[in-house]
Amino acid sequence: MKTDVAKLFQKKRRQILEYWMTKQLADESLREDLMSNDDLREQSNELLDALIESITGENISDTATAELENVKEILSGISISRARQGFSPRETGMYVFSLKDSLIHILREELKGSPDELYQASMKVNRLMDGLAVVTFETFIKGREEVILRQTDEITEISTPVIRVWDGILALPIIGTLDSARTQVVMENLLQEIVESGSTIAILDISGVPAVDSLVAQHLIKTVSATRLMGAECIISGIRPEIAQTVVHLGIDLSNIITKATLAHALKFAFSTMRLSVNRIAKEKTAE
Amino acid sequence: MNLKSPTMKTVQNKDTIHIAREQDVVLFRNRVKEFAVKIGMGLVNQTKLITAASELVRNMLKYGGGGQVLIETVTEERNTGIRLSFKDEGPGIKDIDMAMKDGFSTGKSLGLGLPGTKRLVNEFAIQSAPGAGTTVSILKWKMG
Repeated sequence: MKTDVAKLFQKKRRQILEYWMTKQLADESLREDLMSNDDLREQSNELLDALIESITGENISDTATAELENVKEILSGISISRARQGFSPRETGMYVFSLKDSLIHILREELKGSPDELYQASMKVNRLMDGLAVVTFETFIKGREEVILRQTDEITEISTPVIRVWDGILALPIIGTLDSARTQVVMENLLQEIVESGSTIAILDISGVPAVDSLVAQHLIKTVSATRLMGAECIISGIRPEIAQTVVHLGIDLSNIITKATLAHALKFAFSTMRLSVNRIAKEKTAE
Repeated sequence: MNLKSPTMKTVQNKDTIHIAREQDVVLFRNRVKEFAVKIGMGLVNQTKLITAASELVRNMLKYGGGGQVLIETVTEERNTGIRLSFKDEGPGIKDIDMAMKDGFSTGKSLGLGLPGTKRLVNEFAIQSAPGAGTTVSILKWKMG
């Protein structure tokens, strides 16, 4: 007699849940600190109900069928909430695998007499549950990817601050790769600040730029030109020795831009351009 | 132009990076740096190699529609170096001689990428034809 596995599971629902709960509570990876045993029971019950209602004789090993969409959704939800609570993907995976164990346990009890049928049914259940376990991992990874994307956005948004180092002198420390998007932001901020502060000198410090290729150089030259149009002068500082060599070999012409090795040199130059000097305060004569 | 030289070159390590989007550039650059640091390349040569790699990978993205880069550690006699081979299936370069001239650009850029890169590395080879994609190989020794 061919046993309808789906009907069997429906009949033995309670036993499956009890066995599953026992397994989970006995497992050493149980996280009572993250979820109370009552909540765990509720979560397990919900999943088991959805699963048993959805499987039929035909679809039992095909996780791609439409009937199992509901189960997969519930499982994804469980996986996401567990990830947020701090469960590792392994712990959430074990949650599914222990369900598999209890389903197979019930099969073994029922089909004790027919090893061949037991084997067939077990393999089907195996495939089904493994497919569901993969869903939990995929959901976990998706959650992680979303974090990464958000962080990437935040990093690209780190705007270059425009610092007023002195009356009429601005400094921009440029950190990271200078691509078209960043250059746009840098230029906008810089030109806006020139208007607002009435500055006539802008120091672009590139010591935080890892490599200057012809694209980066082009962006720098554009920024300098735009600044000049507004009546201010750009000084590029922070040129490291290896950058200087690369620029020369690439054949980039920066001859009509003032360049300095350090921000300090650039500042000194800016002062002298504005006919300012920095002097040590003379020692005060003490009264007799 | 050929990369063949009279003595034998042996390859130690290699890695292939797929370049499809802008984000792949940073990853690729870091990988090249890893390789260069591993063989003990000095900072100046590292920067030259990475800048050259940056030029070529941007070309590949901008004109070639992305492609693959093979990174290899190469040894010849007493010297070790890094070899990068950029291969794309893009439209190809119509006139290689023009492309290798300073200031020539089909894309409104400075036009220094190819000739500049050649000056940054020890060995440079380029193969391209319209409709047949482009392959550029460069080699930078640790010393010299």
